[in-house]
Amino acid sequence: MKKIGGVVLDVKNISLAFGGVKALTDISFDVREHEIRAIIGPNGAGKSSMLNCINGVYQPQQGSVTLRGKTYRGMSPRQVAEMGVARTFQNLALFKGMSVLDNIMTGRNLRMRRGLFWQALHLGPARREETEQRAHAERIIDFLEIQAHRKTPVGRLPYGLQKRVDLGRALAMEPSLLLLDEPMAGMNVEEKQDMCRFILDVNDEFGTTIVLIEHDMGVVMDISDRVVVLDYGRKIGDGAPDEVRSSEDVVRAYLGVSQ
Amino acid sequence: MFYRENGQFKTSYAADSQILPIRQDRIGMALLLGVAFVVVPLLSSEYLLRAILIPFLILSLAALGLNVLVGYCGQISLGSGAFMAVGAYVAYNCQARVEGMPLIVALLAGGLGATVLGVAFGLPSLRIKGLYLAVATLAAQFFVDWACLRLKWVTNDSTSGSVGIAHLDVAGFSVESPAARYLLCLGFVVVFALATKNLVRGHIGRSWMAMRDMDVAAAVIGIRPMQAKLSAFAVSSFIIGVAGALWGFVHLGSWEPAAFGINRSFDLLFMVIIGGLGSISGAFFGAAFIVVLPLVLDKLPYWTGLPMDTATASHLALMIFGALIVFFLIKEPHGLARLWATAKEKLRLWPFPH
Amino acid sequence: MGPFLETLIGGLMSGMLYSLIALGFVLIFKASGVFNFAQGAMVLFAALAMARFAEWLPALTGLDGKLVVNALAFVGALAVMVVVAWLVERLALSRLVNQEGITLLMATLGIAYLLEGAGQMLFGNDIYKIDIGLPKDPMFLFEQTFEGGVLVSKEDLYAALIAAALVAGLSLFFQKTAIGRALRAVADDHQAAQSIGIPLSRIWVIVWSVAGFVALVAGMIWGSKLGVQFSLSLVALKALPVVILGGLTSVPGAIVGGLLIGVGEKLSEAYLGPALGGGIEYWFGYVLVLVVLLVRPQGLFGEKIIDRV
Repeated sequence: MKKIGGVVLDVKNISLAFGGVKALTDISFDVREHEIRAIIGPNGAGKSSMLNCINGVYQPQQGSVTLRGKTYRGMSPRQVAEMGVARTFQNLALFKGMSVLDNIMTGRNLRMRRGLFWQALHLGPARREETEQRAHAERIIDFLEIQAHRKTPVGRLPYGLQKRVDLGRALAMEPSLLLLDEPMAGMNVEEKQDMCRFILDVNDEFGTTIVLIEHDMGVVMDISDRVVVLDYGRKIGDGAPDEVRSSEDVVRAYLGVSQ
Repeated sequence: MFYRENGQFKTSYAADSQILPIRQDRIGMALLLGVAFVVVPLLSSEYLLRAILIPFLILSLAALGLNVLVGYCGQISLGSGAFMAVGAYVAYNCQARVEGMPLIVALLAGGLGATVLGVAFGLPSLRIKGLYLAVATLAAQFFVDWACLRLKWVTNDSTSGSVGIAHLDVAGFSVESPAARYLLCLGFVVVFALATKNLVRGHIGRSWMAMRDMDVAAAVIGIRPMQAKLSAFAVSSFIIGVAGALWGFVHLGSWEPAAFGINRSFDLLFMVIIGGLGSISGAFFGAAFIVVLPLVLDKLPYWTGLPMDTATASHLALMIFGALIVFFLIKEPHGLARLWATAKEKLRLWPFPH
Repeated sequence: MGPFLETLIGGLMSGMLYSLIALGFVLIFKASGVFNFAQGAMVLFAALAMARFAEWLPALTGLDGKLVVNALAFVGALAVMVVVAWLVERLALSRLVNQEGITLLMATLGIAYLLEGAGQMLFGNDIYKIDIGLPKDPMFLFEQTFEGGVLVSKEDLYAALIAAALVAGLSLFFQKTAIGRALRAVADDHQAAQSIGIPLSRIWVIVWSVAGFVALVAGMIWGSKLGVQFSLSLVALKALPVVILGGLTSVPGAIVGGLLIGVGEKLSEAYLGPALGGGIEYWFGYVLVLVVLLVRPQGLFGEKIIDRV
């Protein structure tokens, strides 16, 4: 039985607007350690924008995010990354010019310290560091079962495998909080099962807290501990999967008002 | 059937990530270096060395530097001529003003001078992107052009506006003969190419490529955009600066600011693109193309036997140059390096078709 | 004050001429996303064509009147530019449709070299005259207010007026006509425009022809001032900062940018120049642009680039 800990991420009253378009209005929810929190909602509800606010990619006009006691509204993505947050992207922001291995190795970047001079010589300390990090990346490649493709340029892989590389790159950062933006979009049943397995394993073995945006209701109900529902930038549901599923507001948002 | 990798297994990560993992490649590279260091200087004519090989080597070095910035880090720079100029003039001033300055130190000092300029122009790259950055780099080009012409202290108060190098020697060995100059340039090129290759396959190189491919995602991974861009500018301008110093000292002997004008910048950019963005060997392919092509075009009227005056010949050469650039970009936008890689792929299967 | 006004007016007028060339860049970029490094070469090519046609026509046809000859030469040169536009689209652009920006930029540079070589081979490489009747004598304004009056070059004034008229016409063209709308659609998204039935190749030929027309007018004016010679193609390098300052996609931006840089250049040369050894004009525009870009990375009127992840 999984032990769910205290609150690690607390989102308070976040409001975000682009020009006249209100992406998020007064959103508040929390995420507990070791849990899998799903964010669901119709298209355009603001789910990705919410992740972008947590992540530092967007700066919300109002509200704050508290991560492990540190409160911020607009940190740079890099600072958030240094605090142990990793994420995947809806549209796969992979580095198309690099191989799978290199993409995952970029995730280790925060840990690689050797400066220009040693790098240029590629002797001693730089070489050792490179080999160590390579070992770590290879473990992730094994975990995600993509060994055969490690040297392939990412742009040439089929979509499902690219999604795995995206996940691998995020895992390479050894995050304590993992933000997944529609990791199963565009996948067939088998691929979805694999991806679910990976997510559950990560949560299980490493205790990583996971915030997950997902459209597949079956997946959400199966693997998440708690769910937040967004619609048109507002929160309309928050609680255990079963509670949320039977809530009137949620049903109305997804299915429309019955005449 | 010669280019097979059968039987070459790698049992450690270090072995897998070496520069030339295939044994045949290693043998090939050893042969190439042997020919370059020993055979070429012994057998080449003075013309070949002076007019073709030395410019080729120095321009390859400059293209290597530019490739770091444009090919690996994705920042367009149209002002590389300015970096060459700064390298040349700083090196000249070091040599002219300091008694007994060793040649190599002066050349490297030229590189450092260019690095200062490079980092200064790297700072705007944090805010300015793409084509806007490209035009901003032209500011460097024109400003340096003007400074070298108008600011007296740059040319050490030379009355004619041009500067010259009296005598070259490295630790007592005279470097006056074409063969000696060739070996000096070759030495620089090999050292820098190796260092650059090492940088590019390490985490700094990956951070550059990440910035090139998708800078927002790079920041999310934890890459510091400022460090990545500035290091690319610094490394790139250092290499280009040393190349500029070599160009002035070893190839030209004496020069004016026009030697490093905007046409030089465009030439370098052509080399990088035709050679192949983001590849070390691409710099060499591109430089070879751009050095050899004008020579061929100049001789063309003579070979075809058509009567043509020099003016028409030079216009024709310009037209063919432009047409070839466009043709090349249509056929293989990833450059000669990609053509070479494809050829090697086919070679692995040879004599089988697939 | 008199000299200041002189410099200012001189700057405004030369700025207008820069805007004219900058317009060619903006047009092509707006409609095809290509930064056309060949614009300068197009100016040279067009000017050469017109100068030589004006020379050859009297000999060939016996026509004499300056107005008629020049008008015919203009039309002839325009036809040539349309052919050039068609060739560029057919042979180069259509095959480079999906390439990255830097590849397209280099391709236009290749086209520039092609045009420079071809122009000189076809039309000769001496210095040629274009005489469209612009008065060469200066005029003096405000003689009551300032002693000696403010010197204004009549030629520059007429040139500025022509340029202004062209710029106004093109702005209207873009905003009000259907073709203008189609051009803007293509600039936004090639594939989307294609999928709603906009014929991409025809649009590009139109755009490059209009840019050729702009290049011809610019070449005509500059050629009448400076004579038609190879260095004309370098004028485009002076217009680049104007394009960027105004923002790559904005026609009003090209105008404002041109005026700002024209005035800035002349004023800095007059007042800063002596202190720094002269020749400031060479780099002033570029450094000004650099400074502005640091504050507004998309230029004065350019569209803000939003990175979506």
